[in-house]
Amino acid sequence: MKTDIILAGVGGQGILSIAASIGMAALKINLHLKQAEVHGMSQRGGDVQSHLRISDKEIASDLIPKGKADIIISVEPMESLRYLPYLSPTGWIVTNTKPFINIPNYPELENVMNEIKKQKNYIMIDADSIANELGSARSSNMVMLGAASPFLNISFETLEQGIRDIFGRKGEEVVNVNLAALKAGRDFAEKNR
Amino acid sequence: MQKLLMLGDEAIAQGAIDGGMSGIYAYPGTPSTEILEFVQHAPLAKERNIHRLWSTNEKTAMECGLGMSYAGKRVMVCMKHVGLNVAADPFVNSAITGANGGLIYTIADDPSMHSSQNEQDSRALAKFALIPVFEPSNQQEAYDMAYSGFQFSEKYKLPVMLRITTRLAHSRSGVARKEVKPENSVKLPENPTQFVLLPAIARKQYKDLLKKQELLEMESENSVFNKYIDADNKSMGIIACGLAYNYLLENYEDGKVPYPVLKLGQYPLPKKMIQRMVNECDSILVLEDGYPVVEELLKGFLGIGINVKGRLDGTVPRDGELDPNIVASALGIKQEFGSDKPKIVENRPPSFCSGCGHIDTYSAMNEVVDRYGRGRVFADIGCYTLAALPPFNAINSCVDMGASVTMAKGASDAGLRPAVAVIGDSTFTHSGITGLLDAVVENTPMTLIISDNGTTGMTGGQESNAVGKVEDICKGIGVDPNHIRVITPLKKNHEENVKIMQEEFEYNGLSVIVSRRECIQTLKRRNAMKFAKKMD
Repeated sequence: MKTDIILAGVGGQGILSIAASIGMAALKINLHLKQAEVHGMSQRGGDVQSHLRISDKEIASDLIPKGKADIIISVEPMESLRYLPYLSPTGWIVTNTKPFINIPNYPELENVMNEIKKQKNYIMIDADSIANELGSARSSNMVMLGAASPFLNISFETLEQGIRDIFGRKGEEVVNVNLAALKAGRDFAEKNR
Repeated sequence: MQKLLMLGDEAIAQGAIDGGMSGIYAYPGTPSTEILEFVQHAPLAKERNIHRLWSTNEKTAMECGLGMSYAGKRVMVCMKHVGLNVAADPFVNSAITGANGGLIYTIADDPSMHSSQNEQDSRALAKFALIPVFEPSNQQEAYDMAYSGFQFSEKYKLPVMLRITTRLAHSRSGVARKEVKPENSVKLPENPTQFVLLPAIARKQYKDLLKKQELLEMESENSVFNKYIDADNKSMGIIACGLAYNYLLENYEDGKVPYPVLKLGQYPLPKKMIQRMVNECDSILVLEDGYPVVEELLKGFLGIGINVKGRLDGTVPRDGELDPNIVASALGIKQEFGSDKPKIVENRPPSFCSGCGHIDTYSAMNEVVDRYGRGRVFADIGCYTLAALPPFNAINSCVDMGASVTMAKGASDAGLRPAVAVIGDSTFTHSGITGLLDAVVENTPMTLIISDNGTTGMTGGQESNAVGKVEDICKGIGVDPNHIRVITPLKKNHEENVKIMQEEFEYNGLSVIVSRRECIQTLKRRNAMKFAKKMD
């Protein structure tokens, strides 16, 4: 069992919080893991990505080869398209629909959505709205993780435990908000896959 | 023992701590920054009071490291590849002084220039200085090399280089720790003139350094980090350096490469291993991240004799970092990519944070510069370099740390008026002060704008050694206090700031404008911490 995940977004959107949650869960069940991150210049509002690989066998490369990613999790719609060359023919795109517009030439949102719809397997989720409805705008990344959870080859319970471990020191309330966000994302994905 | 999930940088820091390190010296620089940062947060480092404050630049860091080694303790010095240029003087000479306490230079290269001005390969500088190199292929090796590197350094009384690249520095994987070693106690070198490079002494020690090379080569032959993995298909042998080994394995089911492979992690090159590959294989493919350092050595200038493939003959691209796909192409393996990136996807270059003080500094500066015409602003290395991009298009140079000051001086000497330099506070103390002194001596007509956000911003907000000292430094080296102006870059001050800049651009002598407002990122972090404290 091997899952190759590309996390995409814009510097400052916190994609590494998703990576850390998956990583924590993967370690719980003793999987091997490699996670390549982008630090430095691009973190200033540029496009950023992280390659996250989890497997029951040893992993060689820190980078996912093009054409091999099982899933692209993107917290921004245009960014989900940037890494299509990495996606395997059976892979899934799970993307937030809320655009992050910090460039003057951002394409028409409708065109972006249409490009995503051209792909074989995708889930488009308005994670920000769902997080807002739950009363916690900051947990939209956990909604995204929930939406991606059916495709990670990690049980939902293990992901929940990972979140408890990561947010535990911030108190029960923070844990519960993030667990609710995870569940809301999962429910959306199950209904819309 | 439970493995720890660590960045390559963090693994190195942990390895050094566990290996008995008493001090770490560094200046922030992507992708090396996280090494010292990790030590700053490590409980054992606090318990042992390991030296872990930032240095003013890479040269001061390396010299402090050399001093700690002189005193017999184990020490690591970290920097990015271009930082090694700044520290080149102590670097090359420290091979001749040699070390006393274990001394590791961790140098992080940035092939593909993710966050750098060039992609120079530090292995070339190590070879130039005759310093042995360790190059890990994964996070565990990074830990192991840092851990055992001190002992190696002490055995040969020589500094060693630990060379990594961005990809390993910023990739996480499981790392198993080893037993924590005690620190060394203070112990002076046996030879009191070991560190005195008077010509007569240096000549002798240089001969010793040359003699050591044979022993270092023997070490490489027997190193656990160099492995010859034989296979049946001798049409090609593959030398895979550092991280390239992983990309090679990635391309074969269960990592079973059909060709003989030399996994290389320690230099100087193990001659016997390479000789064996040359004898047994029809051709040799060299996979190395960075410059074709090994390839060039094997191929020779005329490229006659051994059939070597790599970056020089186009089997691998001449520039840029390796990845599994590039290695697959070099191996002639068929690949299927996903669909192309749609045309509507636009580039998203890095940009100033919303509310950043640099924005207001540049808005005022551009307005004044436009009165004279663009093309007269020399900038430096930091967040403020982003002003080269639209909509600002404000700066005309970014070369190396401190070059803004001296290039503006040279342009002014040539007759360009006004000539303007823009530098950050941390870069100013790193390498701007000496250049400013040149301008003071001649009262060069130019204006230096110090865009002071009180931190080393681009690398994530490390302490800046300039804080609280900028005006005093300028006054102290002789800038006329009447022409040291301090402004606050805020929209509401725009007109006033434009006026002050205009006055100083018109002044026929040296002036400094300190444009000071806290970095928006460190401000946010500070407020968040205040809030958290209140909640407690």
